[in-house]
Amino acid sequence: MTDLHNKSVAQLAAMLKNKEVSAVEVATRFLARMGGNPHNAFLDISSEVTLAQAQASDAKIAKGTAGPLEGVPIAHKDIFVTKDFATTAGSKILKDYRSPFDATVVSRLRDAGMVTLGKLNCDEFAMGSANENSAYGAVTNPWDTTRIPGGSSGGSAAAVAARLTPAVTGTDTGGSIRQPAAFCGITGIKPTYGRASRYGMVAFASSLDQAGPMARSAEDCALLLSAMCGPDLDRDSTSLNVANEDFSRTLTQALQGLRIGIPNEFFGEGLASDVRSAIDTALEQLQTLGATLVPIALPRTELSIPVYYIIAPAEASSNLSRFDGVKFGHRAKDFSDLAGMYEKTRSQAFGEEVKRRIMIGSYVLSHGYYDAYYLQAQKIRRMIADDFQQAFSQCDVIAGPVAPTTAWKLGDKSDDPLANYLADIFTLPASLAGLPGMSLPVGFGASGMPVGMQLIGNYLQEARLLNVAHQYQLHIGHHTQAPGGAA
Amino acid sequence: MSAAKLVHGYEVVIGFETHTQLSTKSKIFSRASTAFGAEPNTQACAVDLALPGTLPVMNKGAVERAIELGLALGSHIAERSVFARKNYFYPDLPKGYQISQFEIPVVQGGEVSFFLGDEKKTVRLVRAHLEEDAGKSLHEDFIGQSGIDLNRAGTPLLEIVTEPDMRSSEEAVAYAKELHKIVTWIGICDGNMQEGSFRCDANVSVRKPGASLGTRREIKNLNSFKFMQQAIDYEVRWQIEQIEDGRAIQQATVLFNPDTGETRAMRTKEDAADYRYFPDPDLPPLVISREWVERVRSEMAELPRVMAQRFVSQYGLPEYDAMTLTQSKAMAAYFEETAKACGQAKLASNWIMGELSRRMNADDLGIDQLPVKAAQLGALIRRIADNTISNNAAKHVFDALWPLEMTTASGAPSMVDDLIDSMGLKQMNDAGALEVIIDEVLAANPKNVEEFKAGNTKALNGLVGPIMKASKGKANPAQVNALLLKKLG
Repeated sequence: MTDLHNKSVAQLAAMLKNKEVSAVEVATRFLARMGGNPHNAFLDISSEVTLAQAQASDAKIAKGTAGPLEGVPIAHKDIFVTKDFATTAGSKILKDYRSPFDATVVSRLRDAGMVTLGKLNCDEFAMGSANENSAYGAVTNPWDTTRIPGGSSGGSAAAVAARLTPAVTGTDTGGSIRQPAAFCGITGIKPTYGRASRYGMVAFASSLDQAGPMARSAEDCALLLSAMCGPDLDRDSTSLNVANEDFSRTLTQALQGLRIGIPNEFFGEGLASDVRSAIDTALEQLQTLGATLVPIALPRTELSIPVYYIIAPAEASSNLSRFDGVKFGHRAKDFSDLAGMYEKTRSQAFGEEVKRRIMIGSYVLSHGYYDAYYLQAQKIRRMIADDFQQAFSQCDVIAGPVAPTTAWKLGDKSDDPLANYLADIFTLPASLAGLPGMSLPVGFGASGMPVGMQLIGNYLQEARLLNVAHQYQLHIGHHTQAPGGAA
Repeated sequence: MSAAKLVHGYEVVIGFETHTQLSTKSKIFSRASTAFGAEPNTQACAVDLALPGTLPVMNKGAVERAIELGLALGSHIAERSVFARKNYFYPDLPKGYQISQFEIPVVQGGEVSFFLGDEKKTVRLVRAHLEEDAGKSLHEDFIGQSGIDLNRAGTPLLEIVTEPDMRSSEEAVAYAKELHKIVTWIGICDGNMQEGSFRCDANVSVRKPGASLGTRREIKNLNSFKFMQQAIDYEVRWQIEQIEDGRAIQQATVLFNPDTGETRAMRTKEDAADYRYFPDPDLPPLVISREWVERVRSEMAELPRVMAQRFVSQYGLPEYDAMTLTQSKAMAAYFEETAKACGQAKLASNWIMGELSRRMNADDLGIDQLPVKAAQLGALIRRIADNTISNNAAKHVFDALWPLEMTTASGAPSMVDDLIDSMGLKQMNDAGALEVIIDEVLAANPKNVEEFKAGNTKALNGLVGPIMKASKGKANPAQVNALLLKKLG
């Protein structure tokens, strides 16, 4: 079975359950594809750990005690801490760090039977939109290796696109699941803030960070999301006390009567014409499936950039204080006193973007500036959330582009942080409001790079988003297309 | 309020910040144990170590203790309070920030009342907020390096902040003792000052009467009542000297050195850090429903001030007595048992505040270690009340009860009557027998009788003495007086 790597999560789960293939065979196949670390997608692998997990899965399948995703491989963004693999968060400051516990998301997916292939490259502490901020090198886009895969879950997206794994986890603070999914032509969903436990996610911006699955199809994302979400009240105080759902249960629902909100602000001047035409085509296809388009307004879309780039760095500046060389991670070698040790350790081991955000964050929280920046940003954040509620009184889901362009060339924006920040404009609003959002591939742009369409739902409406995406994917096969060399 | 006591013409102004360590078994945001004295870093879990990916989860027990304090001090308990991060770098602060409450604390307002001598004082509270303690830096045992012990990191604290209402070191200490009494009474803190469970910071300033508040200096970590008074007295003298010498006081944090008896500045306001407080995004606002408050209230023991009010209304005690007897739960229980046994509340109060307290202090005993049980003291007071023995004789019985070896009979109220009998202290209430003695004494002292009849009332004393002596102290002095006057009149 040489085409195992083209099978979906759903297909692999069924084949494993029916004993058409063993978990060890599946794991071996993917480990072989990962050899040489294509696209620099992985940061840590261990065939011993992976095969041991696969053997355990085979034993469970034989005994009839298999979990719903028993034996299906997955790889985790290096933001999730893991016992069996190193966790670096893409940073030198956590080089070789080994967590004594697994993130809740990781252990839930293990409990569902998934076999871990390794840890995936990402922007340092998930700060970036191109995966060029990893201390362990950039990740290349499987569709064109001279281009970025998007970020910060760039390793995750590239690994799925290149068929190195059928499924991955990602984290999304301002678009870090949706944007790389769009750039690599795969499907990814960021659930409602609080749906997936943050316990064991190396924190970037606590009020925004949210875990989610990335795979090739909405159907697979629904299976993964069902396995990873649910209350974790004893470990994460921001975990929602809402019973977990089977997100697959409404996938087959027809789209008859669906009202899709089209925010005018998402289709303005900054949107590249090739992206726009792919989105327009997808919207027409959704209409033929029974949906109607409703114009809506999200008037503070532009403000989401300054609001996000105040709140996220503010929280990050505090969250990253624990990396001080005292307890774990990197410590500078030569220092004369305590202040010198802090300064040297953090100067040496944090990358430029991380330092920049710590500086911005410290500044906006400083005495005398707090009210003008942080407090003001929080007020506008609430208004942005209110705007969405206004919009959802007129529509069921909101659709638009994930990013203004397709994936750019490596190095193109690496010296221009502002250009990177501006490219987040369409993903930031849902993050700030804590709403679920997803990306699904809807075609290709002028340079042959994938275009992703974003769907945003109201709180806890993940199943609806997945239903819309799945109905689209039943009719339009962009998600089945593989980059050259990957098939 | 009476005029403030002045020191060299200056009024002393003191406010307190007290860190009370809450008596929860586990930490405020993790499940690690709070027990004192374990090997370094054996009671620090992943959350306390701030390992990547860990998150705080509120310990409800700590919140309930804050509610209890608020109820005890008549404070407003905020329906919604907010945890904030206080950001600063220090090796014993694992996260690089302390989780505390800043803009909206859980306990707001309230007051602490106590007697300073005969004068009732009331100190207003600003707030009490929940926060986590830091770890400890150990500088001794590591040559050229510091050790970090994170066992204490994450221990729940309630920081209780007063208005600058105190006007002397004595008043400050009395406040601290009263607060200490309350937190141990309601059981939210073990009150162990040596182990740091009750740490006071005193904000001290001086001013000329009527002037606006002077610049304050904060004396940190006063962990005994004795040092508290010494430190404040020294600080007050030092500040007055500075001002008298024409030097302005700089706002500063100071430490008291018990060896030298002096305070010394650790840091001044110029190097005060910008803590970049902001609401902790890992913790939603702390919401306390009225139902929760009422449930806590219904489970709380009677509060000292409520009990004191009851002692006034139920037993007719003066307020001073009621406040004194409610110094501790055990003392109050001892009083109530004694009063019940004898039916003489005021007498019981007098005995407990007088004879019993004197002996307790002399022998350095706690109320729970007394050799005289409440039932015995009650039995003894009953014998005074029914004129079986005199108050004076009762003191002899009390003394006899006190040093007795503990035996199976110890504590039995019947011992009181046994001792009265065996010591022969029963009062002579038989008027006939007493008259015989009086007649004998009158016959033997004609001079005194003559002087008394001539108008010298003092001569009566010369007659009472010999009568008491002849009765071996058993005569009832009131009865002796009455009979004498009748016979001489």
